[in-house]
Amino acid sequence: MFAIRKDSSRNARLALLATLAGAAILGSAAHATDISGAGSSFVYPVMSKWSAAYAAKTGDRLNYQSIGSGAGIAQIKAGTIDFGATDAPMPAQELQKSGLGQFPIVVGGIVPVINVAGVPAGKVTLDGVTLADIFLGKITRWNDPRLAALNAGVTLPDGKITVVHRADGSGTSFNFTNYLSKVSPQWAATVKFGTAVQWPTGVGGKGNEGVSQYVRQIKGSIGYVEYAYAVKNKLAWVNLTNAAGNRVKPDANSFAAAAASADWTGVRDFNLVMTNAPGAQAWPITATTWVVMYKSPKNPRNGKAAFDFFRYAMEQGKQVASELDYVPLPASLVRQVEAYWAAEFKH
Amino acid sequence: MNVAAATIVLDQRSLRDARHERLFRWLLRGCALIVLVSLLGAAGATLWGGREAFATFGWRFLVSDAGDPGNDLYGALVPVYGTLATSFIALLIAAPVSFGIAVYLSEVAPAWLRTPVAAAIDLLAGIPSIIYGMWGLFIFAPFFAEHIKPWLTSNLGNQPDDGKLSWVAEHVPFVGRLFGSDYPFGASILVAGMVLAVMILPFISAVMREVFQTVPTRLKESAYALGSSTWEVSWDIVLPYTRSAVIGGIFLGLGRALGETMAVTFVLGNAMTLSASLLDPGTSIASTIANQFSEAAGLQKSALMALAFLLFVVTFFVLLVARLMLRRLARREGR
Repeated sequence: MFAIRKDSSRNARLALLATLAGAAILGSAAHATDISGAGSSFVYPVMSKWSAAYAAKTGDRLNYQSIGSGAGIAQIKAGTIDFGATDAPMPAQELQKSGLGQFPIVVGGIVPVINVAGVPAGKVTLDGVTLADIFLGKITRWNDPRLAALNAGVTLPDGKITVVHRADGSGTSFNFTNYLSKVSPQWAATVKFGTAVQWPTGVGGKGNEGVSQYVRQIKGSIGYVEYAYAVKNKLAWVNLTNAAGNRVKPDANSFAAAAASADWTGVRDFNLVMTNAPGAQAWPITATTWVVMYKSPKNPRNGKAAFDFFRYAMEQGKQVASELDYVPLPASLVRQVEAYWAAEFKH
Repeated sequence: MNVAAATIVLDQRSLRDARHERLFRWLLRGCALIVLVSLLGAAGATLWGGREAFATFGWRFLVSDAGDPGNDLYGALVPVYGTLATSFIALLIAAPVSFGIAVYLSEVAPAWLRTPVAAAIDLLAGIPSIIYGMWGLFIFAPFFAEHIKPWLTSNLGNQPDDGKLSWVAEHVPFVGRLFGSDYPFGASILVAGMVLAVMILPFISAVMREVFQTVPTRLKESAYALGSSTWEVSWDIVLPYTRSAVIGGIFLGLGRALGETMAVTFVLGNAMTLSASLLDPGTSIASTIANQFSEAAGLQKSALMALAFLLFVVTFFVLLVARLMLRRLARREGR
């Protein structure tokens, strides 16, 4: 009796071992490659959606950490990850020095949002110079004649304007200040642009959530957030006058128009910040995130898996991107990116 | 023969004991050294990381209010001021309140109430700072902006909404500037100080309560027998008896307030501008580093490291002042 019991327990143990071994084999077959990437927090939501969909389809998993663009570049240079993602493009020279290549992966829009009593979304229109002057602290009240001139038919109250900006370094700030630098000579000369700048006025919120929260709480405030946050938090976005002189509203069409009208052929390594794009319907503060990779990856298998992933993301991940209020790259740009891959990368 | 053997055994034993004693002493020394080495290591690493900023700006780094990545100009004045001001406000509120709590719990409260209140205070100490930050941003700051701030600006500030200066703002120096602000939101130096006060309250009051309980009952009973009131016993008997521990507890709280990051980042407003008003937004050393470190590069990163080193220096000086205060107190008491 005792012997039998011992025997059966040994059998059970063997069976368990066999199952574990089987699971291990199956598991290693199921996710053959783990791709790792890090960088921009701007693309984090769409990266994680893409990676979930991609893992379900192919078994290859992608681990993306949103640690910030600067840190992402540092990590890819150190070779600890398969790709980095950055909101500010790296200059061609710096890329060449490290043997890196870069290409855009997805497009998104940044929108100014306001909290003015009785003014709903899309009622107010600003142009680049007035927006810059508000953020410079030169226009301080909502009933300023320059705002009134741009907004005939809208009554703006006599109230103080409180500027809300990002407190943390971010790609959103990079693109926003880049746009202001392009349209306002004074901004370009004093504040300049970057992931963080010395804001002449206002208060800083941490992350898109922080800015949304401040704008919602402060009466008479104006801030800037990624389009998705403006939609999610039901903030009152404003229209902008673009480089072509047209009044445009922020949506997928105007973001796509900006991406399509930007002149990508004239630059090396897609080194182009596409704010203030020339298209007739282009949203002026449209941004993209670049993927940065080694041209001859240290781990060729992971490198190839990463390219498969990005091809999937650009061709079949469009739906996912649109659902998250990003804009997929226009077809013309996808062709350019794929030509760039073929010409520059070994995989 | 037997005696000789016993002596040998004893000798061996004392040898072994001496060896163990030495080993134990080295072990203790090692434990203490770990603290010293990690402290020096962290301070040295931040100094080394900040060398570029110190070399570029020199002493001007300390007195400049710039935080300008666009033009690569950095200074420490605004964050250092924010750190000191918020911590000072926190202490100003937390120290007396903690004293009240501790006296209440050790002298006044009925026995059945002491345990639950003490447990609640300990719980307060265990809440992560991000929760205080969210509470501060979503609930306290709007409440402050709606109900407390208008009163402060119109009764104490130099920029009242109705344009009529109050008596205080007109006649008491500095007060008008401290409370004058036309910035409409709550997140500010004062609010950050108040949130910090709530955060450090449990630390200070826990220490005070513990040491108040060490006061011999004999002393207190004697004072009561002589007709002292509870206030007189607390102020003249309990506090002098425990003074150095109480000050130690207060500085424990201050240390925490100086280094607090997350909660302050949420309620301080994160503006790199120097303002005399407590109702305007500011920034602190820890929150500036937390905000900017992930995207910083080159000189900016070095400036953040230099800021971290300054936090060490500021904390060191604050603790030094505390030590000196304690020593002077001790001397005055003739010890």
